[in-house]
Amino acid sequence: MKTIKYLGLVIFLVGLGIFAATPFLGNFKVDQKGFDEIITSQGIKSDILIKDLSSKIINKDFSSSTFLAPVLEDAIESANAIHIKNKEWGKKVYASGDNMAAAIRKSSSYGFIPENKGTMWFLTFGLGIIGALLFILPNIVLLGKKGIKNDGIYLQSATNRGLVAWLVFFFLVSFYIILYFFSEYAVNWTFLVDPISEALSGNPAGHWFVYGFMYCVVMAVMAVRMYIKYRHNMYQIFRTTSVLFFQIVFAFLIPEIMVRLQMPYYDFKNAFPLDYDFFFQWNLKDLIANGGIGIFILVWGIVLTLVIVPVMVYFFGKRWYCSWVCGCGGLAETLGDPYRQHSSKSLFSWKVERWLIHAVLVFAVGMTLMTLYSFFAESSTVLGIKTQTVQNVYSLLIGAIFAGVIGTGFYPIFGNRVWCRFGCPLAAYLGFVQRFKSRFRITTNGGQCISCGNCSTYCEQGIDVRAYAQKGENIVRSSCVGCGVCSAVCPRGVLKLENGPEEGRINPTEVLLGNDVDLMDLVNKK
Amino acid sequence: MEHIVIIGNGIAGVTAARHIRKLSDKKITIISAESEYFFSRTALMYVYMGHMKFEHTQPYENWFWKKNRIDLVKGYVSNVDHANKKVDLENSSISYDKLIIATGSKPNKFGWPGQDLKGVQGLYSKQDLEQLQENAPDNKTCKRAVIVGGGLIGIEMAEMLRSRKIPVTFLVRENSFWNGVLPKGESELINEHILEHHIDLRLNTNLVEIISDENGRVKAITTDKGETIECSVVGLTAGVSPNVEFLKESGIELGRGVKVNRLLETNIKDIYAIGDCAEQHQGIDNRRPIEAVWYTGRMMGETLAQTICGNQTEYKPGHWFNSAKFLDVEYQTYGWVFSERSKQDHEAHFHWRHSKEKICITIAYHKDTKEFLGINTFGIRMRHEVFNKWLTQKKEVEYVLQYLKDANFDPEFYKQYETEILAKYNAEFNTSLSVKKKSLKRIFNIA
Repeated sequence: MKTIKYLGLVIFLVGLGIFAATPFLGNFKVDQKGFDEIITSQGIKSDILIKDLSSKIINKDFSSSTFLAPVLEDAIESANAIHIKNKEWGKKVYASGDNMAAAIRKSSSYGFIPENKGTMWFLTFGLGIIGALLFILPNIVLLGKKGIKNDGIYLQSATNRGLVAWLVFFFLVSFYIILYFFSEYAVNWTFLVDPISEALSGNPAGHWFVYGFMYCVVMAVMAVRMYIKYRHNMYQIFRTTSVLFFQIVFAFLIPEIMVRLQMPYYDFKNAFPLDYDFFFQWNLKDLIANGGIGIFILVWGIVLTLVIVPVMVYFFGKRWYCSWVCGCGGLAETLGDPYRQHSSKSLFSWKVERWLIHAVLVFAVGMTLMTLYSFFAESSTVLGIKTQTVQNVYSLLIGAIFAGVIGTGFYPIFGNRVWCRFGCPLAAYLGFVQRFKSRFRITTNGGQCISCGNCSTYCEQGIDVRAYAQKGENIVRSSCVGCGVCSAVCPRGVLKLENGPEEGRINPTEVLLGNDVDLMDLVNKK
Repeated sequence: MEHIVIIGNGIAGVTAARHIRKLSDKKITIISAESEYFFSRTALMYVYMGHMKFEHTQPYENWFWKKNRIDLVKGYVSNVDHANKKVDLENSSISYDKLIIATGSKPNKFGWPGQDLKGVQGLYSKQDLEQLQENAPDNKTCKRAVIVGGGLIGIEMAEMLRSRKIPVTFLVRENSFWNGVLPKGESELINEHILEHHIDLRLNTNLVEIISDENGRVKAITTDKGETIECSVVGLTAGVSPNVEFLKESGIELGRGVKVNRLLETNIKDIYAIGDCAEQHQGIDNRRPIEAVWYTGRMMGETLAQTICGNQTEYKPGHWFNSAKFLDVEYQTYGWVFSERSKQDHEAHFHWRHSKEKICITIAYHKDTKEFLGINTFGIRMRHEVFNKWLTQKKEVEYVLQYLKDANFDPEFYKQYETEILAKYNAEFNTSLSVKKKSLKRIFNIA
């Protein structure tokens, strides 16, 4: 069994290695026809730029490791400088170097990778999946009897911020940086999943399709790990199945199929303000232009945020969204599960959390109000501030860096819910409902707590669960995503996630159940 | 300002300190030789097993003590001088107005030959944990460990060592694990579970001698069955007794522990004792005079804080409850369920066990009145408040069985067994009771 496990690890690492090398393998060479198509599709009207790029690019052989974006950026900048000087506003170029570079590579790469998509898929995703499963499946036997399986977590490099953890960190962060900021290097990856994308939406894959597909694959494989690790715990098994279902069906398949049916791309479970660009001008215009289905999405999106989400939180707590439905939560609960213990439990972190997450909420709502004002008033500025600039800043700082690079890249160091705890504006909104108007709580079982600290250690949201449990108090915290792991790891059966009457949900006590009844009454009534 | 000095920073001492601080402005000092800060003793095992780091066992952050003006002194109290109202440490002494002794327990050693060899240890203190990490870091250094004593610490120590794949032989004096406390069916279930975990369980077996190698380190043990078992570590887990040696000459009345009355006062004015080291003159209800349990330590701390802050309160624990975890099987108990060895004539048991899983319950009731006396559950979590209420209301056993769903505390979506349990009762007693649906109103006491 151990041999299979290590064999799996080797296969996985080979697949990962090929995947990591793929962006830099092969060549691209654009001919006149391909170049013209790019110019048309990017909407470029600048004769200066076209001439400049023609001489720099056409029929030149580039290696895939070439960094093309800056070359394009320079050319665009100098062309624009002349157009601005000459007041030729119609010729000004708005295309971005990175997008254009990606488009050029997508259409003109040649060599082994674009010509052997299936083989390459197998050598990367295929080997990764097979290797990971070979690594995970033997645990059915190796982990022994069902029960809590946290042996050695703090003794292993990967889960104790050791060298392996830092390597994973480095890999994840690099991956997100390429994805968000250097998408031209992701083009070779898009070839691997082109057949899948074409089968679903009919279009070749872009880098976001690679990400979406990979997201589903990683979640599915790591869900297998969850099923084995928590096979005694039905709550964990149902929850894992649920997040996996919503990711694959709602976040991945439905939007792609909608594109095939000429409908807008939309993830029906992705609620504003997590879905921060829902009210952006281009999206509203796009939805309205799409007629019936567009209007339906628009109404659904608004109803989802204003009615469905809070009502469900009232009945079930924010867990129904954050750890049963949400994609960010889904990745955190599968890929991120091995790192859940790294969330800081200090009071200081709690203070940072409250400032940060509510600041992001204010930012998101403020930006959206500006956007809507701009949309209806048809003005590009609000009180002298450009709406577009605010949107760009949010997209970059919050959408890309916070949610992506830090949110996932930092799993092995800061734990698996950094984004959900410190950044997600939707979580902040649900948190208000959960804290002030909900039937959900984690019930503390009378006086049974022994302060061992397993609950706090494994709380991914950094809640010091023990601080409440050892006082006999229920845990009612806005940040709790209801993953249920505190209850699972408790050795004494002290914690239970449940929905019940609001009355008595928050129950500060001085003296715990089990001590003299008179004393309890006396002290607790004070 | 009155100065309260507490010897011992375990759950009893720290609970007392916290509550005194809540109720008053008195000066509080806690003295401990074991650790700088309060930690949860029950969690030490998880540090060795790699579930947690030592810092995670500390329920309060380090700034907590200063913020709450609880002074922490690291030192060993060698003597209590009650005439001068001071305690002597190695190089200093501290005066007190009121003194709380909360020094806990120490592992029992019954004079076995070789019990002080290297590699022989108990598992109680932080130092014991550190020693075990040194003695048994992996299964290369420690080829086999022998554990002597079939109680809660013994099985925890076996679980710890198994987490590092160290072969374990477990010597248990009794003919079934912990059967002085657990009824037969439950004790047997745990025997089976121990074997499932590849622990070499030797029932009815006593330690005779621990044999040394040339370096004064254990190399084997012999049993009263005439066997010699080679091993690198011996865990002595044959119970604990109050850690009160340092008080022998103090004039404080000692039995096995520090003798206290119901107000937790010792024979000397302004000196109190709480927690594992305190010994009641007479056991309260069915309780033993010395209760070495986390929960009672905490309750005594809560109670004594009231007395010290002017609200004289007797230690009056409510209905007995306890919990433990045997490897993968959680155990909870509410009320009194005695083993066959110690139960009285009027106590009858109803036992149900799952056909495959390690799940069972035992309900104790009064043979004649049918009053519900207590419940043990293995692999099912129960709701403390509900059982506390039923015990107070002296419900009958059949009521408890019918309303058992109200008491279930397992996580959502878990399989529930109330119907099977009741079916067995119906079959045994020729009744036709039916399970009542779970009611949030009853559970949460809403009229």
